[in-house]
Amino acid sequence: MIILFGIFLLTLLVITALAIVRSESLFAAVILTGIFSLLMAANFFLLDAADVALTEAAIGAGISTVLFLGALALTGEHERGGTRSRLLALGVVTITTLIVIYATFDKPRLGDPDAPVQQHVGTWYLENTPKLIDIPNAVTAVLGSFRGYDTLGEVFVVFTAGIGVLFLLGARSAGRPGEIDPANVPDEGLRHYLVPRVVGRMLIPFIFLFGLYVQFHGDYGPGGGFQAGAIIAAAVILYALLEGEAQALRALPMRVLKWLVAGGALLYGAVGVAGMLLGGNFLDYSVLASDPITGQHIGIILIELGVGITVTGVLLCVFHAFAARGKA
Amino acid sequence: MGLLGLVYYWAFAILLMIGFYAVIAKPNLIKKLIGLSIFQAAVFLLYITMGKVDGGTAPILQDGVSLYSTPLPQVLILTAIVVGISTTALGLGIVVRIKEEYGSIEEDEIQERDRQ
Repeated sequence: MIILFGIFLLTLLVITALAIVRSESLFAAVILTGIFSLLMAANFFLLDAADVALTEAAIGAGISTVLFLGALALTGEHERGGTRSRLLALGVVTITTLIVIYATFDKPRLGDPDAPVQQHVGTWYLENTPKLIDIPNAVTAVLGSFRGYDTLGEVFVVFTAGIGVLFLLGARSAGRPGEIDPANVPDEGLRHYLVPRVVGRMLIPFIFLFGLYVQFHGDYGPGGGFQAGAIIAAAVILYALLEGEAQALRALPMRVLKWLVAGGALLYGAVGVAGMLLGGNFLDYSVLASDPITGQHIGIILIELGVGITVTGVLLCVFHAFAARGKA
Repeated sequence: MGLLGLVYYWAFAILLMIGFYAVIAKPNLIKKLIGLSIFQAAVFLLYITMGKVDGGTAPILQDGVSLYSTPLPQVLILTAIVVGISTTALGLGIVVRIKEEYGSIEEDEIQERDRQ
């Protein structure tokens, strides 16, 4: 039954992807990528990946669509059309698809308990999470503690990408973000549209609340800093779309956002250094409290908070960088 | 299960190549980036598919359940999604700058201006 639903979703995914590539209007293509991500999230959920589904829904269907639309507003939404050396490209793609499909016949079938991926370190994580970390969500335990180095690296990639966008787009923009005269707020946003405004205003507090829940409940259920960061950023972006970007910048000025971008990554690193100062290894949380398991809990909450802060900061900085460019 | 168990991998292969086609054949830079994100999503699907185990449930430990899908691929992909959007944003930033300098985001027009 589940496999049938899976095949249905996969078919929809392929149709959507084809429509995205064929569509001549970039605006339509971007909206379709939102649908594509939502279908992908449903698929992840079917495959037991609740955390990943939450992330994909928040990022792919939410933030990514807004960023693409922000870029389209600056570059124009119509593709000139035409495809270069179409037959050659089609040939390459078809042959590669066939080779990859041929290679899949050697792969273990879906859900095979004897597959290599089920034999090695994954089982170890599942067996040792209750003993060493004692939180129910094994994904958070692996992300925050067992593989904390990886996550630190990923946070710094996000940080670097955010800095990169600010370098590319932040310079030379006329209306310097964050320094808009409050008395002279330009008339923008959806302020004159009653229904979106009322509905949006009602939704924003709940989105914030949900973001905080996802952030701090990540040890016990699906969630964590990456998802929460995206959800909170989405709430602020919704506010900016409804009330105009200037209002959003008054609530959360650019200099605060820059502090968030750096502060989250620093908090993560500081937790690691604190472990070293207390006599453990870098990112070893067991020494943070007298009881190693409590130490792990404290460490994971703190680094998840760091992740959430950096992700929120970077996504909002990127959003404002695109939006400010449009007005320059 | 038989061949039905491979459907997810086939979908991965097809989605991967649809994305790749957009990257190599479409001259529009935004379309290329959209293709790249489809390509990326296909790779995510591959990883998550491998982690699924029959009769298992999401790796959130609870009493009375003994079989869980493996958490490791999920952790890798969870972070990869967020890194993916950040790098896509960087790509979009570069496209916006190219539009400002060249007045176009069509690859052949940009190359033509470079040759002048």
